[in-house]
Amino acid sequence: MPYQRIKFYQTGSLAVGNRLLAEDQRSVQSTAGRSNALTCGHRACQGCGEALGARYALDAVHRATQGQMIAVNATGCLEVFSTPFPETSWQIAWLHSLFGNAPAVASGVAAALKAMGRTDIRVVGQGGDGGTVDIGMACLSGMFERNDDVLYICYDNQAYMNTGVQRSGATPPAARTATTQAVGREPGNRFGQGKNVPLIAMAHEIGYVATATVADLRDLEYKATRAMDFHGARYLHILVPCPLGWGSAPADTIKVARLATESGLFPVFEAETGAVTSSTPIRHRVPVTDYLRIQARYAHLFRPRERTEVIARIQAAADRNIARFGLMPADISAERTGLPAPVPVTSPAGLGLEGR
Amino acid sequence: MLKQVEGSRAVAEAVAMCRPQVICAYPITPQTHIVEALSAMVKDETLNAEFLNVESEFAAMSVAIGASAAGARAYTATASQGLLYMSEAVWNAAGLGLPIVMTVANRAIGAPINIWNDHSDAMSQRDAGWLQLYAETNQEALDLHVQAFRIAEELSVPVMVCMDGFLLTHASERVDVPAQTQVDAFLPRYEPRQVLDPAEPVSIGAMVGPEAFTEVRYLAYQRMRQALDVIGATAAGFAGQFGRPSGGLVRPYRTGDAEIVVAALGSVLGTVKDTVDELRADGHKIGVLGINTYRPFPADAVREALGGARHVVVLERALAPGSGGIVTADIRAALDPQARRISTVIAGLGGRAVTRKSLRGLLAQAGELPPLTFLDLDTGLVDRELARMRAARRSGPSPENMLRDLGITASRIG
Repeated sequence: MPYQRIKFYQTGSLAVGNRLLAEDQRSVQSTAGRSNALTCGHRACQGCGEALGARYALDAVHRATQGQMIAVNATGCLEVFSTPFPETSWQIAWLHSLFGNAPAVASGVAAALKAMGRTDIRVVGQGGDGGTVDIGMACLSGMFERNDDVLYICYDNQAYMNTGVQRSGATPPAARTATTQAVGREPGNRFGQGKNVPLIAMAHEIGYVATATVADLRDLEYKATRAMDFHGARYLHILVPCPLGWGSAPADTIKVARLATESGLFPVFEAETGAVTSSTPIRHRVPVTDYLRIQARYAHLFRPRERTEVIARIQAAADRNIARFGLMPADISAERTGLPAPVPVTSPAGLGLEGR
Repeated sequence: MLKQVEGSRAVAEAVAMCRPQVICAYPITPQTHIVEALSAMVKDETLNAEFLNVESEFAAMSVAIGASAAGARAYTATASQGLLYMSEAVWNAAGLGLPIVMTVANRAIGAPINIWNDHSDAMSQRDAGWLQLYAETNQEALDLHVQAFRIAEELSVPVMVCMDGFLLTHASERVDVPAQTQVDAFLPRYEPRQVLDPAEPVSIGAMVGPEAFTEVRYLAYQRMRQALDVIGATAAGFAGQFGRPSGGLVRPYRTGDAEIVVAALGSVLGTVKDTVDELRADGHKIGVLGINTYRPFPADAVREALGGARHVVVLERALAPGSGGIVTADIRAALDPQARRISTVIAGLGGRAVTRKSLRGLLAQAGELPPLTFLDLDTGLVDRELARMRAARRSGPSPENMLRDLGITASRIG
């Protein structure tokens, strides 16, 4: 990654280690002049991944645009916890319209700015996974297809958390939600085909698509910043653990996100014009059980008996991701893991994954 | 300048002269030629605006919401299913107080699917918080758009200009198209009351709980009350500047000594007036009340215009199943029901022509009208389908049965 001159883990910790960096390489959050786009006082739960991800992403966009930005928010946790009026945590120009239309509203803002000759002001649309992969999908695809000048950010916590943890199209297999309860012969969410919005975004061949997590906040800042180098439609998909819905400890939000990437379940990559341009290698590969065990939404996979066949299917999905996105380059996979190197699979035609 | 043009073209030219900055539209379910003409004007740069072809009416209204909130003058058009598909965003635009102008080319709502004219679409959104202005002619449709932007922006409320699908949108009539300088003089530059501006950031669309929701809604009610004055003043100003009356709240016709008054909205008023002229010639004391503004409902103006009429016949172009006439309910609420008789006539649904002959037959015998009548109802057709339904549980889909019964495969309007 272009910003990284120092490997932070060499400091002996996973801290961002800003003091080791030159001023111009320090993170947005370490600067006194950070915008605090989403400032303190909001009502997110303890350990909320979405609040963390949104602040880092928007502050990075704010810096990249010298503050010339407008945000459009879908209905959801982020909208509700930030603005029970008259309190608002938004220090930026911010509009909430509906659940399913944030990408189209953002397109409208961008069109207005263009019509008024204010293309110096950039537009961010944002929502949770429900507002993005389910009810907002048509508007999102329309915005992509027209290549409107909008960065859309999806904060993916893998269910409808705001309304009490119901299943969304982004809920992973076997996960317990209020509508896929841990009862019956096959407890938890069914194994479907999934709905991988980053790949769907890439299929539109928009300029920039990236995934990130709150486990690597410098990578998140970099991608939000990088997205602003492009004009036209862009998509950033950020995995944001939800302690309430996932049944993980609030103190473990970063850890859970890191295990999602290090198990291979959540591939971190970036793509330009439909082709993957980089993926973040897994540093310490872990079996998916490390990730699953610390979340109560998967408790039924381990008690009263370990459902090895279900876990094996989840592990197979992680292995496919690792092979598909090149998350374990050959030179490090043998050295770092006791697990066998995944067999590379051929990318489906047309997804442009061959160019990685 | 006088022109012989299609209604949609006339409206497109009027909208273009209002200098919208963002225009968005979805083509089907269904659209009119209005946005097609506007798209060409943007493409050949005779109109300096952004034109967005979106993937649904829901997106069309959403784009208009974003554009308006960012400070641009925003316009879209729709009809029928399209209006219902965007309904959530229609209500949202009103709640946010965004002065969007939208043409609704009134058409029926399915099922059964039907592309023809009635008022079911706009009536379904009557409580969305939008102003609803109904055009009687293509000239009025053109004029109402020029007025609509001014009214919307003065009040920060969205305005729906309703014009009958096909009967107006696809009909070529003579219209007087104003000069750009006239429109510029009438319609000031848009100064938003609230705007997304990084220099002065605000949060728009925040959650409001029980502590203030009623008060926010009360403001919407008050703005609608205020709109009654603004609509009247705008129509008066328009008449002064353009030299012709257009719009306003209500338009009475030969109501002076009328004992019976027919109230209606939209292009059917022309036929009603012709019929009333015939009945007047025969000695009937009958008049017409055109309701130009349906939302806000001009209760005082309606009451005043009805004068001493003892019988009001409300000609409805839509039906509220389980209730009856939609406009009737508003008129009844505006009057003392003890003092006047009110009859509802459901007419012209799904494009059925409202003819002078039928109206004349009905109104000549107005004294015998029951509370609710369906004009030109084919009772034989209905009775035969009811008999089929009684005869067999699985009698099949009624619309298809009735068409088979009629033995026709193509639409017959008259």
